[in-house]
Amino acid sequence: MWKYFLRRIALSLLILLGVSALIYLLTMLMPADYIDNQTSAAVQNGSMTLEDVQRLKELYGLADKSFTGIVKSYAAWLRSTMSGDLGFSFLYGRPVTDVLADYIWISFMIAFLSYIFQIIIGIPMGIKAAANQYSGYDYTVSVFAMAGTALPSFFLSALLMNVLSIKWGIFPLQGLVTATKIFPADAHFQILLDKVWHLILPITVLTVLNVGGTMRFTRTNMLEVLNSDYIRTARAKGLSEQVVTYKHAFRNTMIPLVTSLSGMLPGLFGGAMITETVFAIPGIGYMALRATRQGDIPFIMGYNMFLSILTVLGMLISDVMYMVVDPRVKLS
Amino acid sequence: MGFFDRFKVKKVEGVDDTMYLTLREERQITKENTKIIREFERQKNRKNVKEEEYLTQMKDPSNVVEFDNLHTYFFTEIGTVKAVNGVSFDIPQGKIVGVVGESGCGKSVTSLSLMQLVQAPQGQIVDGSIRYLDSSGKCYDIAKMPKDKMLEIRGKEISMIFQEPMTSLNPVFKIGEQMDEVVLLHVDGATPESAKARSIEMLNLVGIADVEKIYNNYPHELSGGMRQRVMIAMALACDPRLIIADEPTTALDVTIQAQILELLQNVKDKINGSIMLITHDLGVIAEMADLVVVMYAGRIIEKGTVHEIFKNPKHPYTIGLMKSKPSGDTQDDRLYSIKGQVPNPINMPDYCYFCNRCDHAMKICSEEYPELVEFSPTHMAACHLYYGKGLLEQKKGKE
Repeated sequence: MWKYFLRRIALSLLILLGVSALIYLLTMLMPADYIDNQTSAAVQNGSMTLEDVQRLKELYGLADKSFTGIVKSYAAWLRSTMSGDLGFSFLYGRPVTDVLADYIWISFMIAFLSYIFQIIIGIPMGIKAAANQYSGYDYTVSVFAMAGTALPSFFLSALLMNVLSIKWGIFPLQGLVTATKIFPADAHFQILLDKVWHLILPITVLTVLNVGGTMRFTRTNMLEVLNSDYIRTARAKGLSEQVVTYKHAFRNTMIPLVTSLSGMLPGLFGGAMITETVFAIPGIGYMALRATRQGDIPFIMGYNMFLSILTVLGMLISDVMYMVVDPRVKLS
Repeated sequence: MGFFDRFKVKKVEGVDDTMYLTLREERQITKENTKIIREFERQKNRKNVKEEEYLTQMKDPSNVVEFDNLHTYFFTEIGTVKAVNGVSFDIPQGKIVGVVGESGCGKSVTSLSLMQLVQAPQGQIVDGSIRYLDSSGKCYDIAKMPKDKMLEIRGKEISMIFQEPMTSLNPVFKIGEQMDEVVLLHVDGATPESAKARSIEMLNLVGIADVEKIYNNYPHELSGGMRQRVMIAMALACDPRLIIADEPTTALDVTIQAQILELLQNVKDKINGSIMLITHDLGVIAEMADLVVVMYAGRIIEKGTVHEIFKNPKHPYTIGLMKSKPSGDTQDDRLYSIKGQVPNPINMPDYCYFCNRCDHAMKICSEEYPELVEFSPTHMAACHLYYGKGLLEQKKGKE
C-alpha cells in the first residue's frame, strides 16, 4: 500500500510541474501585465515615459516576453518555489505565502460551514427521495435541488442581498465587519457574533448552490443500491423498511458518497471566488480575483499552485477513503 | 407504415399482433396506474389492522401454503402485465413442490407474491389469496396481510434462497453479521452470543469447513458455491416451515449444482419443512420434487406428481419440454426446441396462450381458454385436446 502512495505522490509531482508550466506560460502571455495596468494612466497624462515603463518592467522581470525569456523566468520561479519561497506579490507588497496564510481561513470557514450544511441537508433528503421514488416528496425536492444548482451564484447572491439586506434589512449587505460599529478590544464574543451575522448570507448562497448536487448524487446511488439483489435478501430476512434503507442500503450508498465528499475537503481552502467578490468578503477567492485582474504573476502562480496541490490531495484522500469504506477495495 | 403512424410513439408487441400507443393513450395509462397503485399501497401500509381481516381457513390442513386464483399484475407505462394470472396450487407439509416454466412465465413472481416482495409499487397482488398455515395453527391470507405483520413471517417462517449468490449478499457486511441479524430479529431473547452460536451451527450444517474463518469473511472473499451455502444457512437459521428456492443452482457450475441440491434435500428432512423449488431445469425437478407445477405465461397449464408429469405428460407444452431435455439414452442428433417464444404478457388473448406454438392447435384453441381437466386427483392439465369440443374436433380429424 505504501508503494501505491509513493507512486501516486511521484505522479502528482509530475502533474504539478506540468500545471505550473502551463499556468506560467498563460499568465505571461496575458496582453496587459502588472506594469501596464499600473502605469497606463500615468503614461497617458505624460507624467511617465515609455522608457520609465520599460525600466520598471525590467525591474519586475516582465520585460522579456520571448519564449526563451519566459522559460528563463519560469526556471527562476521554479527554483525559488522548490525552496519554499513563492515570491513577493506585486499587488499586495507582501510574500505570497503570507497573503495565502492570512486569507485562506475566512474562506475555509465559509466553505466548511456550507459543506457541513450541504451534507446534513442533502444526504437525508436524497435518501428519503430515493426511498419514496416518484412520490410528491421526491418531485418537490428534486425540483428545488435542480433550481438551486442551476442558479448562477451571483444571481442568487444579488437576489438574497436585494430582498434580505436592502428591502428587509435583516442581514448586512457586504463585508465581514460592521464598519460603523466600534467594539472594545476585549469584546471577542461580540466581534465573533458580528462576523457570523455577516457570513450568514454567503454561507446560505453556497449551501443552496451545492446542496442539490449532493442530494441528486445520494438519490441516484441510493436508487441503484435499493434495486440490488442484496436489498431483496435483506427484505426477505424480515427486516423492517427502516433497517433495510438506513443500514443495508445506506452503508453501500456511503461508498461513493464518502469518496466524493472527502475528496472535496481540501478544496474548501480554495475559496469561492464569485460569492466572496459579490459579498466583498476578504477571502482567498476575492484576493485571487483581484490579483488576476491586475496580472500579479507571483500571486496568480502561488494561488494556482495552491489549488493544484489541494486537488491532488483531494484525489489522494478520496482513494484512501474508498479503501476505508469499501472492504472489497485494496490499493496496490 | 402509414403517415399517421409516425405520430404513434410506443410499439407494443402482443401475441400475434403489434400495436402502437399514442402519447394520449400512454398518459391515460399512467394516470390510471397511479390511481390503482395508490389504492393498493394504501391498503398494504395500513397500521393496526384487525387480525380477523386476514385470517382464513385452509382447505386442507396438511398444506403449508395454498395459492388460490392468485393474480399479480404489473402496472407499467405501456399497459398492465399480467405476470401471474389465476394460479392455484398447494404446497403440502414436508414436500418439495417444483415450479417449472421458461423465463418470464411468472414462476418467480408467484414466489415473490408469497413473500410480499413483488417489486412495488408497480407490481401488486390484485386478486386471489395465498393461504398460509403458521406454526401455531393460525391461517393467514398473505395477499391481504399488512406490511408490518408480514415482517414476522419473512425470514422466520418462510425464507428464500435466490438465484444469484454472487449479488445476493450485502458486500459491506461480514458473513457473520448478516447471519446473526436474522436470529437476533426473529428469535425471542437472542443475544449476540447465542446468535453467533446459531450462525456457526448453521454454517456447519451446510457443510462449510473452517466455519470461524468464513464467519469473519466478507462475501467477496467466498466462491459462488460457498455464498449459496451461506444463503441456505441464512434461510435455515430460524427453522422455517417453507423454503422458497428460486433457481438456486442456475448461477452455479454443474459440479456445485449437485452438491447444493443434495444439501437442500438433506436440510429439508432435518427441519421437516417444505420447499418450493423454482427452476427451468427438468433434471433438477425429476431428482428433487414430489409435485410439479408447469407454468406458461402466468398460468398453470399442468400440475401433478413428479411421476405423472414425467411418465405421462398431457399438455403439448409439457410434452415439448420433456422432448427438449437432453438425455443420455437417446441418440437423436439434435435437441428438440419448441418453436416461437412466450407471448408478451401485455394484451394477452382470451384463448389458449400456447396455441400459436402448438403442434396440435385446433380451431377451438384460438377461440376460448381451456379449462383444467382432471386425469387423476393430483394430475391436471389445461388443454382442449382432452375435453369438450376439442376432443370432438380431434376425433373428427382422425376419421
